[in-house]
Amino acid sequence: MEATVVKTGTEGKTWGGGNSPLKASYGKMMMWFFILSDALTFSGFLAAYGFSRFKFVDAWPIPDEVFTHFPFLHGVDAPMYYVAFMTFILIFSSVTMVLAVDAGHQMKQNKVILYLFLTIIGGFIFLGSQAWEWATFIKGDYGAVETNGGQIVQFLNKDGERVALRDFAVTATGARVEQTRENGIWFKEEAEYFPTVSFEQVKAGLLANDNILVRVQNKDEHGQHIVLSREESIAKVMNDGVMVVEGANLRHNEYGHPLFADFFFFITGFHGFHVATGVLINCIIFFNVIIGTYERRGHYEMVEKVGLYWHFVDLVWVFVFTFFYLV
Amino acid sequence: MAHEHKLEIFRGALKFKSNVSKIWGVFIVLSIVTIVEVVLGIIRPAFLVEHNFLALKLLNWIFIILTIFKAYYITWDFMHMRDETVGLRRAVIWTAVFLIIYLVTLILIEGDYIYEVYKNGYVKFDF
Repeated sequence: MEATVVKTGTEGKTWGGGNSPLKASYGKMMMWFFILSDALTFSGFLAAYGFSRFKFVDAWPIPDEVFTHFPFLHGVDAPMYYVAFMTFILIFSSVTMVLAVDAGHQMKQNKVILYLFLTIIGGFIFLGSQAWEWATFIKGDYGAVETNGGQIVQFLNKDGERVALRDFAVTATGARVEQTRENGIWFKEEAEYFPTVSFEQVKAGLLANDNILVRVQNKDEHGQHIVLSREESIAKVMNDGVMVVEGANLRHNEYGHPLFADFFFFITGFHGFHVATGVLINCIIFFNVIIGTYERRGHYEMVEKVGLYWHFVDLVWVFVFTFFYLV
Repeated sequence: MAHEHKLEIFRGALKFKSNVSKIWGVFIVLSIVTIVEVVLGIIRPAFLVEHNFLALKLLNWIFIILTIFKAYYITWDFMHMRDETVGLRRAVIWTAVFLIIYLVTLILIEGDYIYEVYKNGYVKFDF
């Protein structure tokens, strides 16, 4: 038994001979260089995001207007609070992780178990929060009309408040009829994407309600979206509009430029994937601590190495938080 | 593996008695910085939004500096970079920092250039 658990298998190798370059063990140093390469990967993604944002800087959505929801608070405008909560969850789970590492240095098995358990719980809460955040983003809020040129046109009332499409669209224009193969010589498959109101209903609703204005993606010198006059609004929707967009997916995004949604899904998704693998690895070492593997090995360095990865995930979130929600 | 920790932060201005109390101290520092960021993000003070420095709003500079501040304390105290040898520290941090500065500078300048091209009407994307 002892031959299988006491050693780490690196004895006899350069790093196993009791001389460790830079006073770091093999595993720890390699974890650092893995983190370095992963950090460069994320930098590449965030730099690409910055590139697209600078390219369409006029048309970029204002994050405060996109992420305004908090669970169980319907209709309350709560920008930022929910991501702030997610940030705290992740920082706090980083704290419990570093406490677990510290308890490991002191060979206190029970404390390591407690702190690792709290870390894993934090990880699950974060993942759940992110799933909710994605679901809210995908479902959408007010809806918008997309123009021929791929621009997003959003609707406001005369007081400058956003109005949802379903609140002014005329729904009496008849139900949507599904196209079938029998009805046409040319049959294209139905689109996979059905908004709750049709573009025709929105157009009729816009004409019927005098107090509806539209605003375009482009911003004025104060960084606010430009609101068109009533005549310009009607002309914009009638002449340029092509379809209704509700929520966000990889091709259409009711909040603004589709690239915003693409990068949001890709970067927070890649980060979420890191959190998920982090939770998985945390679970593995959690059970190893419980069955006493590191107690027999004589040190808790594995907790430290996995801790490095977990802190890195937190570190990346700090940057994602800044560039997606604050800046 | 060395288990002794350097227990000072802010260049020795703040000393802790044990590693555990240092961890909580750093947590409080990070929390305060995050709260400041969120409050600034909600209020968006007009002065900071309307004044620019190097093509970026002052508010955004503040966010970026606070983010790097937080990243420093996460790396130095949670990941124990403070206790590693100078060689390991430089091998990891300098590589990342110089490559990222280089990449981001070039790419953002290029993005801004394309924006100017679209804006001045040589290429039209809003048809």
